[in-house]
Amino acid sequence: MTYAIEAEGLVKRFGDTVALDGVDLAVPAGKILGVLGPNGAGKTTAVRVLATLLRADAGRARVAGFDVVEQATAVRGVIGLTGQYASVDEDLSGTENLVLIGKLLGLSRAEAKARAAELLARFELTDAAGRGIKTYSGGMRRRADLAASLVGRPQVLYLDEPTTGLDPHSRNEVWATVRGLVEDGVTVLLTTQYLEEADQLADLITVIDHGKVIAAGTPHELKRRTGGLSLQVRPTQIADTLVVAGILRDLTGTEPLVDTDNGVLTTPVDDPLLLSTVVRRLDDAGITADELGLRLPSLDEVFLTLTGRTAPVTEGSLA
Amino acid sequence: MTTAAPALHIGPSAALRHGIALAGRAVTKVRKNPESLLDVTLQPIIFLLLFVYLFGGAISGNTHTYLQTLLPGLMVQNICFASMGTGMALAADLKTGVFDRFRSMPIARSAPLLGAVLGDIVRFIVTLVVLIVFAVILGFRVQTGPGEFVIAFLLMLAFGLCLCWVSVFVGMLVKSPQAVPGTLVAFMLPLTFGSTVFVGSGTMPGWLQAWVDINPVTHLTEAARGLLLGGDWAAHTGWAFLWAVAIAAVFFPLALRAYRKRVA
Repeated sequence: MTYAIEAEGLVKRFGDTVALDGVDLAVPAGKILGVLGPNGAGKTTAVRVLATLLRADAGRARVAGFDVVEQATAVRGVIGLTGQYASVDEDLSGTENLVLIGKLLGLSRAEAKARAAELLARFELTDAAGRGIKTYSGGMRRRADLAASLVGRPQVLYLDEPTTGLDPHSRNEVWATVRGLVEDGVTVLLTTQYLEEADQLADLITVIDHGKVIAAGTPHELKRRTGGLSLQVRPTQIADTLVVAGILRDLTGTEPLVDTDNGVLTTPVDDPLLLSTVVRRLDDAGITADELGLRLPSLDEVFLTLTGRTAPVTEGSLA
Repeated sequence: MTTAAPALHIGPSAALRHGIALAGRAVTKVRKNPESLLDVTLQPIIFLLLFVYLFGGAISGNTHTYLQTLLPGLMVQNICFASMGTGMALAADLKTGVFDRFRSMPIARSAPLLGAVLGDIVRFIVTLVVLIVFAVILGFRVQTGPGEFVIAFLLMLAFGLCLCWVSVFVGMLVKSPQAVPGTLVAFMLPLTFGSTVFVGSGTMPGWLQAWVDINPVTHLTEAARGLLLGGDWAAHTGWAFLWAVAIAAVFFPLALRAYRKRVA
């Protein structure tokens, strides 16, 4: 397997703060890696090192086969970067921003203009193309930023919290774009605080906390590894809730969690075969259920287990 | 679509091309925010009025004679003051997200600095044109030909571009953009007032005369006087040019090193 991004033992200190404490990352070409972690975990620092904006104190990293320190110029030639805050010029219009980037990348004026128009159309910014970025809404800004990252047709794209603060519609657009890029063979490294975003987009997830990788794998693996299965039942008749709770308590030895809003009972289970026993017991009691099944923990639960903290979704919850 | 093989090294001609593209960005920003030109338009006019009418009579006997002598020097002084803006703008720019984008692109490391300096040619031209036009309204007349005028104009632009690197260097060292003019004033005041811009050096004490005589601003002022009012200008032009080259030769590498240290 060829890796588009490989990092080994990255360490970065800012004074007494250790932002990266030996981070390893590996992203196969054409895949999306979601880097997940609470605020201040070191996600942005890792992106800045991989984007040649910051030099690590120790460790090494290669992007598309080029060393980020020794061959920084070559790395810059294959990457695109979209930061947490829009990295486009507020005073310039959408077109002016993209044309400037095209010219810096060696396109002729005509080529740069054509590329700008093409990207602005793709991100539905044609109508606003001549307006200053400072008049754009948050979502438009982010799209302009993403468009700017794509002028050079990058092989590797870094998206540092690309949907933070976006409304659900804009967020979905960003997601669709990212999926489209991966279909074109682009490798994406995405940092996010949103677990759903990682779950939706990422082929692989690396969880970072306090500058260390605390878990890595596919979303499925992570869910399997950290936290067992849980069994959920939603009785058709809300009146049966207590009876069902009794059956579950009987079988697992613990009190099930009852969600009074939707009438769902949840209980952790170790043995998947327990499901058939539950079905039989419900049948015997003459209780029907609208929902009945085993499920893996949500990434939220994984996150909680790994970091000891709840997911830091504060605004614009994506659920 | 395939991407071209990434360049491993960027030569000086590419660096210049990148610098020119980024200078275009600076010029566009000026065009969209004309109020950013206030310091290079209002200030020279105030200086001109202040010195000509307040001190002119006392220094030269009448204001018209003083206007003729002062203007070439005042042009030089305002070029020096205008150069302070470069470091300030760059220090502010450095904190924006767009600078991260430039730095993540395969362009020359020096390109953003070069772009800022080249883009400031516009500010220099504006300040010189404002001064000349306003002075002509007040009665200033060029005593030589258009050729000499053009040489004086270009000499001042060249000097300003070289002096910008001092400002860029300071801009890379200080934490906040506002600290740039604060720091540079300590350098600009002795440079521009400790010269023959406002008065001749005849009445000054010996130690001050010694400084005034070697001061690049004196050489540039005397060269400009020769070029605009008539008289010998070759020697002073030579000295002014040498000074400009020397300043750039020292401060361009210093600025680039400070920039690398700051961003890496």
